[in-house]
Amino acid sequence: MGTMEEEPQLAAYRDLLAHYVAQSSEPNMEECEQLSEYLHEHGVSPDDLVELHLDALKQIVINPDRVILRSIDFLIKMMSGYGRDYREHQALKNRQKLLDTEIDVAAEVQKALLEGKVPSCSFADIGAVSVPAKKMSGDYYRIVNDGKRLAVTIADIVGKGIPAAMCMSMIKYAMDSLPENKSGAPSAILSSLNRVVERNVDPSMFITMFYSVYDPETHIFSNSSAGHEPGFYYSARENRFVDLEARGLSLGLTPESKYREWARKIWPGDMIFLLTDGVTEIRKDHDFIERKQIVEIIRKSMHLPASRLVRHVMYELKKMQKCSFTDDFTFIAMKF
Amino acid sequence: MNISIEREAKGEKLYLVAVEGEIDVFTAPELKKGLLPLTEVEDGELILDLNETKYMDSTALGVIVAALKSAVKHNCRFSVIGMTPRIKRLFEITGLMDLLTRAQISGGSAND
Repeated sequence: MGTMEEEPQLAAYRDLLAHYVAQSSEPNMEECEQLSEYLHEHGVSPDDLVELHLDALKQIVINPDRVILRSIDFLIKMMSGYGRDYREHQALKNRQKLLDTEIDVAAEVQKALLEGKVPSCSFADIGAVSVPAKKMSGDYYRIVNDGKRLAVTIADIVGKGIPAAMCMSMIKYAMDSLPENKSGAPSAILSSLNRVVERNVDPSMFITMFYSVYDPETHIFSNSSAGHEPGFYYSARENRFVDLEARGLSLGLTPESKYREWARKIWPGDMIFLLTDGVTEIRKDHDFIERKQIVEIIRKSMHLPASRLVRHVMYELKKMQKCSFTDDFTFIAMKF
Repeated sequence: MNISIEREAKGEKLYLVAVEGEIDVFTAPELKKGLLPLTEVEDGELILDLNETKYMDSTALGVIVAALKSAVKHNCRFSVIGMTPRIKRLFEITGLMDLLTRAQISGGSAND
């Protein structure tokens, strides 16, 4: 602390202290609080403050009691540990700020890298929404329409924060570079990805993924799942929702996982919904949103265009969870 | 944000680990530290008791997966008891139940 800064602080402290000790009535607490706040903001540590008190006292009292002065000196020595803690705390706060800035930058990079685009599609109306619980997301979705077929993927890294986000970026890269990506069957793609994940991620991480392909010529929707929460299929003819049945080991659990494939014929008016709904948040003594509640919410908004439908469902679910998600949330709707 | 991990040796190579409290990102490392060495006991058996576990998040699931993989590798029989229906469903969907069954069988066949 330089003398230039110290002087006004000492003067202000001395004046207020002099006023305080001279008064017999209630002191002006507001002024005290203001000064305390000011000193705090200017980085005066606890031991510095006692020293300030001693200096001010020497200026106010003409012949101060030697014992009192010595005792304050003693107090300053005793305060040194608190002063050290204070300075450490300040250093940590600065480091935290720096980390926050870095995470913000990383989150922006991730956002640009993973930004899911919804391609235009002549045979289906598609909407997707994805919101991270914190700054970085462990969710991923990918919708590709190459004119011959529509491939839709949704995935959830089991894990949180930065490690999950880094892992997700790796998956995106792996998916983009898979040779079978263009024409491969969902089961083959999941098998390949499983090998990549198993080899490259920490043993305590795994990924759940749902991979689906729709052929607009045959109207066949085929899918495989690697441990992902099942989506919903809405049959317009029967006016009912069923789970999109699919089972399989999550990616990264074992080196050689094989995946089964399911297929169903899609009729005009049918809909498919895929989600990652904080399924990995396990609570024992709290209520969770049941799947049938999600269906009720979807029913209320399924007349909307897909892009509005997904936002409406997200809004309703958020409302139920007191306006915040504890896990990353992604929802995709396809209306045929 | 506290857990207490009760580790009990039930036999020469048989351990029971009971977790009381909440397993989240803060307490999961403690569980990992307590659990992983016991999965490395060749031909051993480890039981994880979740009866008194109030809450588990995905980090906890990650620890169990790491323990499961390590158990399979070391031929250690590993089982989880006291799962709530929700946790059980999650284990079934993600395929962890298959892996768990495998961990029980692989350890078992080695002991036979």
